[in-house]
Amino acid sequence: MAEPGPRLPMNMINASLKELSQALAAKQVSSVELTTLFLDRIDRLNPQINAFVTVDRDKSLKAAAAADARIAAGQFGPLTGIPLAQKDIFCAEGWRTTCGSKMLENFVAPYDATVVRKLEGEAGMVSLGKTNMDEFAMGSSNENSYFGAVKNPWALDRVPGGSSGGSAAAVAARLAPIATGTDTGGSIRQPAAMCGLTGLKPTYGVVSRYGMIAYASSLDQGGPMGRSAEDCALLLNAMAGFDERDSTSLERPAEDYARDLDKPLAGLRVGLPKEFFAAGCDAGVMAAVQGAIRELEKLGATMVEVSLPNSHLSVPAYYVIAPAEASSNLSRYDGVRYGYRAPEYGNLDDMYMKTRAQGFGAEVKRRILVGAYVLSHGYYDAYYLQAQRIRRLIANDFVAAFNECDVILGPTAPSTAFRIGEKSSDPVQMYLSDIYTIAVNLAGLPGMALPCGFADGLPVGLQLIGNYFAEARLLNVAHRFQQATDWHTQQPEGIA
Amino acid sequence: MSQWEVVIGIETHAQLATVSKIFSGASTAFGAEPNTQACAVDLALPGVLPVLNRKAVDCAIRFGLAIGAEVAAKSVFARKNYFYPDLPKGYQISQFELPVVVGGAITVQVGSGDKAYEKTINLTRAHLEEDAGKSLHEDFHGKSGIDLNRAGTPLLEIVTEPDMRSSDEAVAYARALHALVRWIGICDGNMQEGSFRCDANVSVRRPGQPFGTRREIKNLNSFRFLKEAIDFEVQWQINEIEEGRKIQQATVLFDPDSGETRTMRTKEDAHDYRYFPDPDLLPLVISRDWMARVRSELPELPGQMRQRFVEQLGLSAYDATTLTASQEIAEFFESTVKIAGAANAKPCANWVMVDLAARLNKEGKELAESPVSAAQLGGLILRIADNTLSNNIAKKVFEALWNGEGASADEVIEKQGLKQITDSGAIEKLVDEVLAANPGNVAEYKAGKEKAFNALVGQVMKAAKGKANPQQVNDLLKAKLAG
Repeated sequence: MAEPGPRLPMNMINASLKELSQALAAKQVSSVELTTLFLDRIDRLNPQINAFVTVDRDKSLKAAAAADARIAAGQFGPLTGIPLAQKDIFCAEGWRTTCGSKMLENFVAPYDATVVRKLEGEAGMVSLGKTNMDEFAMGSSNENSYFGAVKNPWALDRVPGGSSGGSAAAVAARLAPIATGTDTGGSIRQPAAMCGLTGLKPTYGVVSRYGMIAYASSLDQGGPMGRSAEDCALLLNAMAGFDERDSTSLERPAEDYARDLDKPLAGLRVGLPKEFFAAGCDAGVMAAVQGAIRELEKLGATMVEVSLPNSHLSVPAYYVIAPAEASSNLSRYDGVRYGYRAPEYGNLDDMYMKTRAQGFGAEVKRRILVGAYVLSHGYYDAYYLQAQRIRRLIANDFVAAFNECDVILGPTAPSTAFRIGEKSSDPVQMYLSDIYTIAVNLAGLPGMALPCGFADGLPVGLQLIGNYFAEARLLNVAHRFQQATDWHTQQPEGIA
Repeated sequence: MSQWEVVIGIETHAQLATVSKIFSGASTAFGAEPNTQACAVDLALPGVLPVLNRKAVDCAIRFGLAIGAEVAAKSVFARKNYFYPDLPKGYQISQFELPVVVGGAITVQVGSGDKAYEKTINLTRAHLEEDAGKSLHEDFHGKSGIDLNRAGTPLLEIVTEPDMRSSDEAVAYARALHALVRWIGICDGNMQEGSFRCDANVSVRRPGQPFGTRREIKNLNSFRFLKEAIDFEVQWQINEIEEGRKIQQATVLFDPDSGETRTMRTKEDAHDYRYFPDPDLLPLVISRDWMARVRSELPELPGQMRQRFVEQLGLSAYDATTLTASQEIAEFFESTVKIAGAANAKPCANWVMVDLAARLNKEGKELAESPVSAAQLGGLILRIADNTLSNNIAKKVFEALWNGEGASADEVIEKQGLKQITDSGAIEKLVDEVLAANPGNVAEYKAGKEKAFNALVGQVMKAAKGKANPQQVNDLLKAKLAG
């Protein structure tokens, strides 16, 4: 590994985006140097962690050199030259974009996702590579990747969570200062919680889905995964915004998500849903969450009990709606135009069947089957329409709760990172890992995970849920909490 | 033979005349090299999303307004899921439960002459959807080629109630619809290129009984095929039932070579399309302002124009219908009347519908290619009206105009000396000469042979080189022969 040279003023692998930005602007470090530092760490540590599925040193260094040129020319923004890891769900021109699937093992995207265009093309960030993930974002442990399980940097025999497990592990292991993730039922927040990171799923429609490979279109939302709320706010500033290529993207004036970071929390009403504090959550997780509550009270917040009476229906409703949409979204992987095609087949139907049987993993197939079933004639009303009704009830629960409070607080996941293989034979146990996060996607609300302690040496994630477009408020609460605590600065031992 | 009633409903796919596709920016132009007009969205690459082309919605609104339908304030795009190589996403974006146009009707003229009658065909709905690509099965040595240029082309699927009772009614409807979509500028109507294609749902029943089981004849791309296919299918169904068999619901194809329909698939192997609202597209909301804007851009509609021709120009319903069959004919007719005057509307109608139409037909030309302009024709009709030309000479002048022998009827008349002779002195001189030269005919006429009179008229006209006013010739001859 190339040690940071003497002219580097700080420990770059632990520097915040703001510090990196200042160092780049002051020319204390170049983007090429920073990029090389992280690429060298990836070379050295990725074989243990398996966080990246694609790294292209030449491409990254070329982008870094371009960023340095922009900085030299004085044409740069706050993120220019800062490296990041891109979840392999975002199409990036010239990069292999696999979505964790054999189906797209050799698919090189011919275009940039809007998120990639904004972060790399416009903001001038440098991609270090594409991160591992559960196949087509379906999973809560990253064990469903065609490219193998990702190891949690805090304990290599444990999962990092999923589906954005590669991004989470990359940032936790300091293989990247920050990463992109996507969250359909908890895929940013749950791995952030399990890897001791801060992650934000924005309000549905805030970040463009164009070029983000669809799992469940009405739930998918991209967002930042970093080491602090401040870093997440800075990344979100560059990621968010209306996109005419995404009809579900929201046409709103641009906002500075970092504007309220330092706002005092006095008078903040924090809602504690009684359903999140009932049985079903590990004691160690609950103890850390209770500690966070006391910390916020010290910062001036008051706690109010609220209720989300339909939250117990969120997992079943999700596992109707998401597979329904997925079954249709994944129909395009048919072996006709791109991607995997079975090497041998008889007629057309045989080509479809063999291609999809061989190209998709077990969990993806399970969800396609469930989805096709719930949409089929005679079952549509009982499943799909019923789930949509539940979805409205869940959203209404939140509307009512936000009459009583400003943000909602609870655990992100019911347990800390579990062992690799521990839940892989029991899909329902695995699905329950997202019990606290899924309702947020169904309602389209913004949600955050941030570190709030440890249980048996493993990070515990606190979840904050905001009203629509309350990202800045969530980031404010998280930032003040992080100013008062140091959970987010903890680093996994053994990864250096 | 016992009585059977035929019941027909028609579904039409009209390709909308937009520059770009319904959910992408790629061009819709016909005939490009395969796959050169398919962008990332049309290819259904991972991660792409549809964005609705509002011009396609304009077309749907135009249609809804033109047929007096309800244009839905809110309609929803749905996914119709099935696998086929020329369907890139594995689903077609269409409208299912909530279409953009609901109801409406088209009144058509069926048959001609004494047997002509009017019939109103009610529409069920019209909805927006995207077309698929094309599978090419030739020239690939045992493989299939896929051309996605057409994938994503906007279509309006127009569905009628089962209101038609004969293949003639079906064809009259299809023609009227074809004229209407071109009239309001939403479809080029090119049937060879597949811009306008019909599916016919056909069943038979005993009068007064419930509907029989229907079979759907797919993809009829000419009015002749539509008629032939229905006629064959009706006879086939009647034979089946009369021979004691039951009709199975099925989709059938018409083979123009054999003139027969054959079963493509039956209800048992029908797809379950697993329709659900497309989560990538918001519901289509059409505001009052949007509707008002489209309404203000609508031309006078054929029905309104037809009524005006009858009420203000005194045309028969049949003539008015014929002259409003397309915007080209209507415009040509109106331009002709503008020159010839409203008082001459009837001869204008005859010239456009009969003489000009026959001449165009003979040369295989479209009205737009007519060498005789509406202004020239109007000028010609004026000269008939003021007795400058007899009808026969007028035909010569028309021919001269057709051949470019003059810029106007007046110029042709002047150059070729075709002005009708109305000077009674001059005509009397000719009559006298003819009577003197043809004593045989005179004698025959006086002996009661009417034919001899016609021969004398012919002789006078011949002597006048056809230019003598026929009425005057008649009158003078009769007077002289009687005298």
